[in-house]
Amino acid sequence: MPDTAPATCTPAARPRATSLQRWVWVHKWSSLVCTLFMLLLCLTGLPLVFYHEIDHALGKHIEAPEMAAGTAHLPVDRIVESARRHHPDLVPLYLFKEEDEPDMWVVKMDTRPDTDETQAKFSVVDARTGEILGEPRFDEGFMHLMYRLHVDLFAGLAGRLFLGFMGLLLVVALVSGVVLYAPFMRKLDFGEVRRGRSTKLWWLDMHNMLGIVTVTWALVVGGTGVINTWADLILKAWQAEQVAALKTAGGAAAGSGGSAAPLQSLVDAALAAEPGMAVATVAFPGTLLSTPSHYAVFLHGDTPLTAKLLKAALVDPVSATVIETKPRPWYATALLVSQPLHFGDYGGLPLKILWALLDLVTLVVLWSGLVLWWRKHRHAAAAPVSVGHAATTARGGA
Amino acid sequence: MKGAKSNAAIFRWPLLIALLTAIGLLSALVGDDGWDALSWALLAVPVGLCGYFSLARR
Repeated sequence: MPDTAPATCTPAARPRATSLQRWVWVHKWSSLVCTLFMLLLCLTGLPLVFYHEIDHALGKHIEAPEMAAGTAHLPVDRIVESARRHHPDLVPLYLFKEEDEPDMWVVKMDTRPDTDETQAKFSVVDARTGEILGEPRFDEGFMHLMYRLHVDLFAGLAGRLFLGFMGLLLVVALVSGVVLYAPFMRKLDFGEVRRGRSTKLWWLDMHNMLGIVTVTWALVVGGTGVINTWADLILKAWQAEQVAALKTAGGAAAGSGGSAAPLQSLVDAALAAEPGMAVATVAFPGTLLSTPSHYAVFLHGDTPLTAKLLKAALVDPVSATVIETKPRPWYATALLVSQPLHFGDYGGLPLKILWALLDLVTLVVLWSGLVLWWRKHRHAAAAPVSVGHAATTARGGA
Repeated sequence: MKGAKSNAAIFRWPLLIALLTAIGLLSALVGDDGWDALSWALLAVPVGLCGYFSLARR
């Protein structure tokens, strides 16, 4: 350093202080911008953790009638026929089978296969009789309001991506918060909350303690939430990759010429290709999950991880043969793993309760951060000379 | 008056909690029953500490 450096500045201390101030700035602004949305996401996420339980409690859950165990299932063609009779003006997009409801199919239908599916209709069909058991509505009521406020603010893809960006800011706020944790804790024991000194110190210590203890959970739920906002884009990219691979392999013309094989034979072909797995979803050609000219059958295993990590089998609708496809790309795996890690629905009711408690703690961290900013802001406005960065606050409090 | 703590001393407990939380988040994904129970036990650690430190007087 040239000796013209101002004497008032100690070379060793100065860069540290400025880098600390930079972190303070990053933490303040990343938090401030996303806090209101994060409060909304924590509040709406709370009932969504218990979606299944609330659905049951409200008596909205549709159940298959009791029948002798092992009653044979109809070919899926009959299920589709039944749904088509129920909605003659719609075409089927997907057949879903829940892991814990093996005797029911859920058929999702819309006017065309390539809509945005927001107006789609659902029919629950008895897998053994083909009887329509009910029509679940996912587009009305309290839980729908919670869901839309949580997922897209009623603004479709733009809303999703916006909330995803807010989630990225949350991750920045969490990381900068961990960096700032150290200067505050130089003179404090881990978990120490100073009481009876001042309300400000109490809020500060609570914010730091609750934040650092739950930061891993918040990072995981925040980060996987961001990935979930990209779900549509990820599925489209995966589809494009598969279609491109089929084109170069000369398989894209498949499906033309010749009459369609029974749907059940397509499903059977997929099951034979992946022994030990069960059907989760059948996607009709032209939908988001298939290709324009093939069915996609999604299969799941029976461990929690393989139940989430679906395997896709593309099936030619004429020859009923499974088409060799590249393994699932890493970004699709990331999406499939992100879903349970965000929802907290993979370890029974106790895990959901822990999820809800951690969500509540996060609410307190957000709120205390807002309170601390507001108090400082108010004081700063009252007193023109304000230094107040982390180091001085920590020193002043110790 | 206590001396200023090093980063290693400050982050010792937070790192351990982070590790336990991470194992708790993953274990329920790996298997059922015992794995679920391990997940509950480990994720109860941060929840319990939040409650304890919020209420404890020392």
